[in-house]
Amino acid sequence: MKADPVGVRTGTFYLDGDRAAAEGAIAAGCRFFAGYPITPSTECAEHISERFPEVGGIFIQMEDEIASITAIIGAAWGGARSMTVTSGPGVSLMMENIGLAAMLETPCVVANVQRGGPSTGLPTMVGQADVMQARWGSHGDYEIIAYSPQSPQEAFDFTVKAFNMAEKYRTPVMVLLDECVGHMVEKVVIPPADAIEVEPRRLTDAAKGEYLPYAYGDDLVPDMAEAGMGYRFHVTGLTHDERGYPEMSVRCQDWLVPRLVAKIRQSADDIVEFDEENADGADVVVVSYGISARVSRMAIDLAREEGIEVGFFRLRTIWPFPEKRIAELAKKIKAFVVVEINLGQIFYEVERCARGQCETLLSPHAGGGVHDPEDILKVIEKGAKAK
Amino acid sequence: MRREIRITGFGGQGVILSGVIVGKAASIYDEKNATMSQSYGPEARGSACSTQILVDDKEILYPYIRESDVLVAMSQEGYTKFLGELKADGVLIYDEDLVNPGEIKKGIKAYPIKAQRIAETDLGRKIVTNIVILGFMTAVTKAVPKEAMVEAIKTSVPKGTIELNLKAFERGYDAFREGAGEQVEEGSGARSGAE
Amino acid sequence: MSPKGIPEAVIAAVSGEEHPIAPFLRMDRMPHIWCSTCGIGTTVKALAAAFEKLGTDLDKVAIVSGIGCTGRVAGYVRLDSFHTTHGRPIPFATGLKLANPELDVIVFSGDGDLVAIGGNHFIHAARRNMDIKVVCVNNFIYGMTGGQVAPTTPLTALTSTTPYGNAEPPFNLCHLAAACGANYVARWTALHVRRLTKAFTEILVKPGFCFVEIITPCSTLYARKNRLGTGLDIMKYYHDNTVIEHGADPAEADIVFGGPIICGKFVERDRPTWLEYQDQHLTERLGEKYFRAKALQEACER
Ligand SMILES: Cc1ncc(C[n+]2csc(CCOP(=O)(O)OP(=O)(O)O)c2C)c(N)n1
Ligand code: SF4
Ligand SMILES: [Mg+2]
Repeated sequence: MKADPVGVRTGTFYLDGDRAAAEGAIAAGCRFFAGYPITPSTECAEHISERFPEVGGIFIQMEDEIASITAIIGAAWGGARSMTVTSGPGVSLMMENIGLAAMLETPCVVANVQRGGPSTGLPTMVGQADVMQARWGSHGDYEIIAYSPQSPQEAFDFTVKAFNMAEKYRTPVMVLLDECVGHMVEKVVIPPADAIEVEPRRLTDAAKGEYLPYAYGDDLVPDMAEAGMGYRFHVTGLTHDERGYPEMSVRCQDWLVPRLVAKIRQSADDIVEFDEENADGADVVVVSYGISARVSRMAIDLAREEGIEVGFFRLRTIWPFPEKRIAELAKKIKAFVVVEINLGQIFYEVERCARGQCETLLSPHAGGGVHDPEDILKVIEKGAKAK
Repeated sequence: MRREIRITGFGGQGVILSGVIVGKAASIYDEKNATMSQSYGPEARGSACSTQILVDDKEILYPYIRESDVLVAMSQEGYTKFLGELKADGVLIYDEDLVNPGEIKKGIKAYPIKAQRIAETDLGRKIVTNIVILGFMTAVTKAVPKEAMVEAIKTSVPKGTIELNLKAFERGYDAFREGAGEQVEEGSGARSGAE
Repeated sequence: MSPKGIPEAVIAAVSGEEHPIAPFLRMDRMPHIWCSTCGIGTTVKALAAAFEKLGTDLDKVAIVSGIGCTGRVAGYVRLDSFHTTHGRPIPFATGLKLANPELDVIVFSGDGDLVAIGGNHFIHAARRNMDIKVVCVNNFIYGMTGGQVAPTTPLTALTSTTPYGNAEPPFNLCHLAAACGANYVARWTALHVRRLTKAFTEILVKPGFCFVEIITPCSTLYARKNRLGTGLDIMKYYHDNTVIEHGADPAEADIVFGGPIICGKFVERDRPTWLEYQDQHLTERLGEKYFRAKALQEACER
């Protein structure tokens, strides 16, 4: 399906990442937005509040982030494509209901413009320490899809993708921007509507009375009904059977929860995206994402000037994690160097996938700024000396 | 080649808009890459306000100023705060009615201009001070082609004010050609408003 | 009632016919989890009766509940029904309603759910005059978790976390809803099935935030702890102690342990709903550019 031209502001713009994400959402058909102001994400909400009246969207500033996430889940069941945007403290508040979205299998998008944490931390300064929260933040087992744009252009592109994946796999999808990308202004090209693919909602065509909200086929994703279609269905955050009815049993838990996880894991090849440059022949492969990926490339240039064979691996999606490819590379190289604005999160993920086949080193940053390329270089040099 | 430009002033002078215009001119109306970011948070409250623009032929990898090539100062506070990051042979552009540069280090190429006065008296609108100084900066640094700047102004300022802003830009641009903003002799310790 | 005074349900049971509200319920989920003589079932029946009276198109009704004994209502009604998280049915309903304004969206939940953990959503939805109908089963206690104190528990009442009696003043929910701007505010007890049904028929056709509080027996926990007797004794208490006073100032309708229960329709007014106000305001400000203006224009012409 092509994007509805009403929402697509085709052209070349000079836009920050927050506003580019807002345009991506509108282009992807988002017509319900609920949010609560928080730096550095507010520009996204502000932009949507200005744009929505012209495209038929509903914008509402809720009383808090819990209300915001819950309202977008409700709106999804009312038939809208919906989104909220926030930053660390807000995501922490949203977590219970991100789990609700995962459990009800509700397509929706949550953008997190990451700032320095923990707690109120550095509201106006960059951080990337919410990536594990995105993966594990809500209680219980579930899988999530998360994108990590490195530029305003990607904030647009990846937000469109996030909406598409949310529909395809009926899951909440996170767009993990960081303050730097969110606030940075750069050229953004918005293509014409007919060049933007939009995933249609997987609505059921079952006869009334025969619809089972959680019956599924090979792709493990059930077809959806929306309120008002006449199916009179029930959904619950309790463990539930095919009919959507609660059932408190190990049998039902076993029937439901592994599928919630498997529907994403088994399609990882369809979802996972990364950029790779010169990784196969390298001694050291730098793994990074978001703004840190751009800074890493400066360090890679410096290392190459020193004659070190360095490859580059950039995560476009963070979740699911590109396990297979990292494991393959681990067998060929001396060391991974993980560059991220936290004290080791994706680092452990890379280490896990490398399974001791090579060294895994971290170039950390506590947040508030980006790395000095020279600091990354030192870790690359160390990696090159690994056996 | 990468060029790092800092524009600073106080709130209400259109500092951020100036950054947008330069970045847009370079990346949309010229064939360069350009990022613009503004300072946020407590440091952006009150009087100090600044924007950084990075212009490069290649993709911009490092998103912040490391050593600025150009500092445009429209307030004393901003000048004091950001002078330290200016390269030893960097270009300093300042409004001499608003900034007392004190002793200017040897090597720095300083270009004073009375942008606010031009805006106020010649154009009758103090609000276009920033555009006057952008015109001047364009002429001095040639960081972005003049035509690109003109296009960027047209698409960035409010509709009814395009003509005024273009006039302001031309006045600033010509101020350099006319020698009004001549380079201050290195280490001369130019004084503000010294007439 | 049949002409002979035999309850319909009894006739249905004897004759093998369907219970009259069976089509409204998910009979495949019976038996329900509620204790015998719990009042929640009665409130559900009153809602079913209201639908029947109004001939509501049930395909266009959605029920949203939070978590709690009352929260299970969503699971038993044969409607589009959403059992959400504790405290959050109001924001869920807000999104649902705004995404599809054609729906009648009813929030059916407990006192703890709506005004303790969900209290902030409650006051803001009332302030916005969001077009949702909020039904609160007030049993003065957290039923589902085993009888802890709630923000509605009357002073001195015993609960499992106030073993020496509650020493915190409770909320007067009707006063709260009225003060925050609700279009309709009423209080009934689970005994007043006919009046409650009437209240439901009223809120189902009334735009804006409508609030009905139903004082309901929790026979297992609240009643037992406070030695209030059986479910039947509580019904008798409601019968003897209810003062019906339509139009009463809700500020004067506090609930005191062992005191009278002032019931009635306290507030009925016509503030524009959130969406009406948006539409009006944005049409004024943006004219043709307001996307919904065209749709609204067409709706008017129809
Ligand atoms: C976030 C969260 N905190 C606590 C609970 C546990 N909990 C479930 S129901 C409930 C209280 C229910 O009280 P009320 O809303 O009055 O409903 P009732 O059972 O009395 O009908 C609580 C505290 C929960 N489910 N979720
Ligand atoms: S515990 Fe109380 S509220 Fe819950 S079902 Fe039993 S009687 Fe009803
Ligand atoms: Mg209760």
